Amino acid sequence: MATMRVNEISRDDLDWQINYSTERCTMCGSCVAACPFEAIEAGMEKRRKVVSDYLTPEPKVEFKAVPVIKQKVDVYKFCRGCGVCERVCPNTAIKPVRNEDSRFTIKYRSILADPYKRGGRANLSTGVRTLDKIRVGRISQMTDPSLDASRHTFDMLAPFGRILPADQIPFVLENGKLKIDSGVLPPMNWIYPVIIGDMSIGALSWRMWEAMAIATAYLNEECGLPVRMCSGEGGVPIRLLKSKFLKYTILQIASGHFGWNRIINTMPYMQELPGGVLIKIGQGAKPGDGGLLQAKKVASHIQEIRGVPKTDLLSPPNHQGLYSIEESVQKMFLTFNSAFKFKVPVAIKVAASSTSVSVYNNLLRDPYNIVGGFFLDGILGGTGAANEVSLDHTGHPIVSKLRDCYLAATHQGKQSQIPLWGAGGLGQTGNLAADAFKMIALGANGVFTGKLMLQLAGCVGNDHGKCNACNTGLCPVGITTQNPTLVKRLDIDRVAENIVNYFLSVDSELKKLLAPIGNSSLPVGRSDCLISEDKAVADRLKIQYAC
Amino acid sequence: MCRIGAIKSTDYVHPSKALLLMRSQQKGHDNSGFAMVMQDLGGRFADYKDLPILSMACTDKGMATAEDILHKEGFVRVMQWSPEINFRDELNIEPMPNYVFQVFQYPRSFKYAPQEEKEELLVDMRLKLRNVLEENDDGYVYSFWPDVITLKEIGDPQDIGTYFGLWKEDRDFTAKVITAQCRQNTNYDIVRYAAHPFFLQGYTALANGENTFYEKNKNFQNGLYKGYIGFESDSQCFLYTLHYIHKILKWPLEYYKHAITPLPFEEMAKREDGEALKFIRSSLSNLEINGPNTIIGVLPDGTLFNTCDAKKLRPTVIGRHNGTVVMTSEVSGINEVLPGRNWEEDIYTSERETVVITNNLEVQRWQQ
Ligand code: SF4
Ligand code: SF4
Repeated sequence: MATMRVNEISRDDLDWQINYSTERCTMCGSCVAACPFEAIEAGMEKRRKVVSDYLTPEPKVEFKAVPVIKQKVDVYKFCRGCGVCERVCPNTAIKPVRNEDSRFTIKYRSILADPYKRGGRANLSTGVRTLDKIRVGRISQMTDPSLDASRHTFDMLAPFGRILPADQIPFVLENGKLKIDSGVLPPMNWIYPVIIGDMSIGALSWRMWEAMAIATAYLNEECGLPVRMCSGEGGVPIRLLKSKFLKYTILQIASGHFGWNRIINTMPYMQELPGGVLIKIGQGAKPGDGGLLQAKKVASHIQEIRGVPKTDLLSPPNHQGLYSIEESVQKMFLTFNSAFKFKVPVAIKVAASSTSVSVYNNLLRDPYNIVGGFFLDGILGGTGAANEVSLDHTGHPIVSKLRDCYLAATHQGKQSQIPLWGAGGLGQTGNLAADAFKMIALGANGVFTGKLMLQLAGCVGNDHGKCNACNTGLCPVGITTQNPTLVKRLDIDRVAENIVNYFLSVDSELKKLLAPIGNSSLPVGRSDCLISEDKAVADRLKIQYAC
Repeated sequence: MCRIGAIKSTDYVHPSKALLLMRSQQKGHDNSGFAMVMQDLGGRFADYKDLPILSMACTDKGMATAEDILHKEGFVRVMQWSPEINFRDELNIEPMPNYVFQVFQYPRSFKYAPQEEKEELLVDMRLKLRNVLEENDDGYVYSFWPDVITLKEIGDPQDIGTYFGLWKEDRDFTAKVITAQCRQNTNYDIVRYAAHPFFLQGYTALANGENTFYEKNKNFQNGLYKGYIGFESDSQCFLYTLHYIHKILKWPLEYYKHAITPLPFEEMAKREDGEALKFIRSSLSNLEINGPNTIIGVLPDGTLFNTCDAKKLRPTVIGRHNGTVVMTSEVSGINEVLPGRNWEEDIYTSERETVVITNNLEVQRWQQ
């Protein structure tokens, strides 16, 4: 009897097991060619078969070598359950099956002495999301008539930029009309209340990034929706920086300071000002850990854009050179404000956390009025790669934190002075409009969303450990990879089209929700129109409890 | 739905006219209360134009408390008048024991004080009185302001009129501007303060409708000025916004409309003052109203105006005849008060309009 090596990794330890049928397989090789993880390979198996060639049984034993598709059992080359092999197989001869009894991540750690890393999804599902426990409960009736979603006009724009209190606007009265007195005022733009969240051109493939940029431009120029896209940390192609589409882009600078040299150097050649600047202090998906772009994804164009060699690139969790909020305000805001001559709104993004309200309060009280937005990112966001322990076990849900910030501002009579934007798992269950509406009614001025864009592009991953290989640089559908072959799997035009279509549906659905509550503009802070059938949620968010 | 109305006239008018105006619209309200504010007073108050008048409904104890407080602050009573009460058992009214209108001399230390200081003093005193009297339900202080009288009561408006003897016209109790409301009580407990018109520092506002942005308005107004309190009715917010725009920010009246129902962004962009409007919209988004409303307002100088929400879902009509202008919820009211007018000249305020009646009764229609 063969020796049994119980401490070796075995097929039984893996998350996914390949279910393969020799009878259906024509050995076309498509699956092996399609699997970017090299988790399957062609092999030979010896088969014993008893046959009889006569009318009366005359059994004889035959041995045959048959070609088969085999699953690899390897801590580096393991099946991610992405299902790409199944998609390409003409005969449905192969598919991954989830192994409920997997011990893979334990084996991984014990063999490699290294934390397990994967794509940006929190795979520890904690049940129904808070947003799904909230409903729009104020339905207008006779006393406050509702609107007709298809007939009325709606004014759905959100502010991006610092809003001055009315008594601080430098008005002068000329012939009975108010005029703005000259002088520098905080820049403010009215934009669509849903922003394409910050995903870097390193994390995404250039085709994915381009598709989003095309969709953004199309939404602005053809559909009349002033949607903005945030570049993410990691620089922007010079072509875009010099183009007229820059006005739809919010440039991000983050703690890695990647790509900023090129942006600064391109400034004299910019035809348009960017739509805004977003300074990332923290992010919700891997809070306190920092983004991780592994060397395999640092392709030559990424090296060029970021000005870095091919190496693992970590965006530290915060700006290590700055020691306080006040200092970051002083240094970064003044730098960027003056760089763009105080014409571009500058906002910051932080991770939702127990301390976010303190940061927000601090910014609200800033006497120089320079912070143009507070972006809060909750635990369920994220696209990039990170240690699994951070993804699953750190972070803060977005809903209550957003609400806390709004109420803190309201308490001081400073609501909306620094517009609040929230994200982290919005659109996770498919309906971004509903999530956005509820967030807005709870106090957000707008929301941003990232991972949903990946779904629209054809991401095959989910929150139950399927795929989640964004960290490997081998994304099977070409979204989060720089591998030239894989990237070609992504159809730029189709992705752009899907994003545009989705936004158009969000726009209709938002109106469908605004109409019954009788609102023709965004219901910021109108928590009176929300109810929850969960007492704890209702109490925590200070909305009506209904049962 | 409440019914509201306003009369502005070059001659002094008796409140019986306001009762008449409201009575014909009776099917539109539930008879749960009547309230009115009279400004620019004639009759027995005509000689005291510059002195503040305290309008209060209270118990005996409340009256003593109020007097103590005012005397301690140095106010000296110059004149007092109470309406003659006609009590009958069958009247549907929940009266307070006393209704007083007292004219006061400012404290001596304020003799040479600037107008602004006097105005703040009056607000402080009213808030203080209200606060103290509220504790034991001893009284309600509706206004404390020169040349202004406020009366609010719970009950059937017809009976309230009878109770205070307001049906019989006399020359001693008159004003040039009278605003009134008959109440429909839907959202709230029946509270005396909750009846419109609401008054603050010479500004009056009353509304027919519902404020869907009540929560937003209120949360924001809470911190803007000490006098923004109460919020017993969701329409009280309209008064505070009016006061904030006109009195505190000192913006021209036309910007009231821009604050409560801002133009769509596209239209703003086309205008010469678009940039200013954009700033107003951003800064005052919490003062917007979205619900169905028509608002009647009076400025300290007596200017009367009407404006609606941007969907124009609540009616108002404005009629004019021989030195009197009437605006009210339903045309039947005007028919009653100004039967001889040319009704073809009636104005139905549009959703982007503010109709303004100046002191010489010129009618101006401002398009937003
Ligand atoms: S499911 Fe995906 S990872 Fe697994 S074998 Fe198929 S293609 Fe490869
Ligand atoms: S399909 Fe690509 S983007 Fe989606 S989870 Fe897999 S690797 Fe990540």
